[in-house]
Amino acid sequence: MSLSKQHELHKRRFSRNLGLGLVLGAFVALVFGLTIAKVSNEEFAVPTQGEAE
Amino acid sequence: MSDASLNSTQSQSQTGDAGFGDFFALLKPRVMTLVVFTAFVGLLAAPVAVHPFVGFTAVLFIAIGGGASGALNMWWEADVDRLMKRTQKRPIPAGRIAEGEAFGFGMALSGFSVIMLWLATNWVAAALLAFTIFFYVVIYTMGLKRRTPQNIVIGGAAGAFPPMIGWAAATGSVSVESVLMFTLIFMWTPPHFWALCLFMKSDYDAAGIPMLTATHGRTSTRKHILVYTLLLAPIAVGAAFTGIGGPIYLAVAVIFNALFLKGAYDIWRRGEVQAEADGYAVEKKVFRLSLYYLFAHFLAILMQSVLAAYGMGGW
Repeated sequence: MSLSKQHELHKRRFSRNLGLGLVLGAFVALVFGLTIAKVSNEEFAVPTQGEAE
Repeated sequence: MSDASLNSTQSQSQTGDAGFGDFFALLKPRVMTLVVFTAFVGLLAAPVAVHPFVGFTAVLFIAIGGGASGALNMWWEADVDRLMKRTQKRPIPAGRIAEGEAFGFGMALSGFSVIMLWLATNWVAAALLAFTIFFYVVIYTMGLKRRTPQNIVIGGAAGAFPPMIGWAAATGSVSVESVLMFTLIFMWTPPHFWALCLFMKSDYDAAGIPMLTATHGRTSTRKHILVYTLLLAPIAVGAAFTGIGGPIYLAVAVIFNALFLKGAYDIWRRGEVQAEADGYAVEKKVFRLSLYYLFAHFLAILMQSVLAAYGMGGW
């Protein structure tokens, strides 16, 4: 029996791929949001060259 | 390869095409709800304000760390899970996920959650999360679960860390209050779980896991429930007079500890014949009460911290 597009295997793979895609998208949004939250903090300051050294 | 060995391999192997839900199930989502709630309370109860989004990510990474330890637990316990009816449908024993996949998934998420919690908050919270995962997986699951009937006491410590991690995420330190929240869950776990053990027909014996009901008998388990509840009560009520407590918490603690002590006393007083006659009604009632008990205490801590923001909390 050949695998058709409707095979249950494809459904499971699609579910996993879709889930992983959404998780990665959410992670990007999370890091972006975290960055905004951090830099908007009043105590946040970009290190100067002297401090960095 | 003989048919027997082929079948044996198949029963332990996988299709390699598990659905997304199977990986999610590896994280033990039901356990995660307790982790999320208590970590959230620990974070909010802390005297240091945290940016809401940073707080959200901190709780999320603590939950992912907890889920990762659940996945590693399922990886190690796969052989036992195959033997018990309650766990046979889990992704690994059911053959949907390979043991190696679960191990890789758990390890990757462990590292990811610890590093992300460090970046989002501080190293103290991240170190506590790393230790929690290590404690649950190595000390409890690999080391002690199959060796001692006190396994649930030791395992309870892993479940008690989340509010402490939440607190550390906000403050960057460990304090008396966070240790009290830890102790509250730590002391609550044994009577909660042993009450369940008394009325749940389980096949732990077949799986070779030494549960107190089997090694020391049911009468001894009943005594253990009473002793742990007696030790828990002063800790729970005493927390009312610390930074996380206040009048609301005190009222909740007094009521729920009185009820829990009464329940533990009732469990201790009766024997197996009486329990079997009424279908373990008291044990079931105390188990349900124990769930409300923990929820009520942490909800009260949360309410105290919210009221404190309006100048109405504490003493």
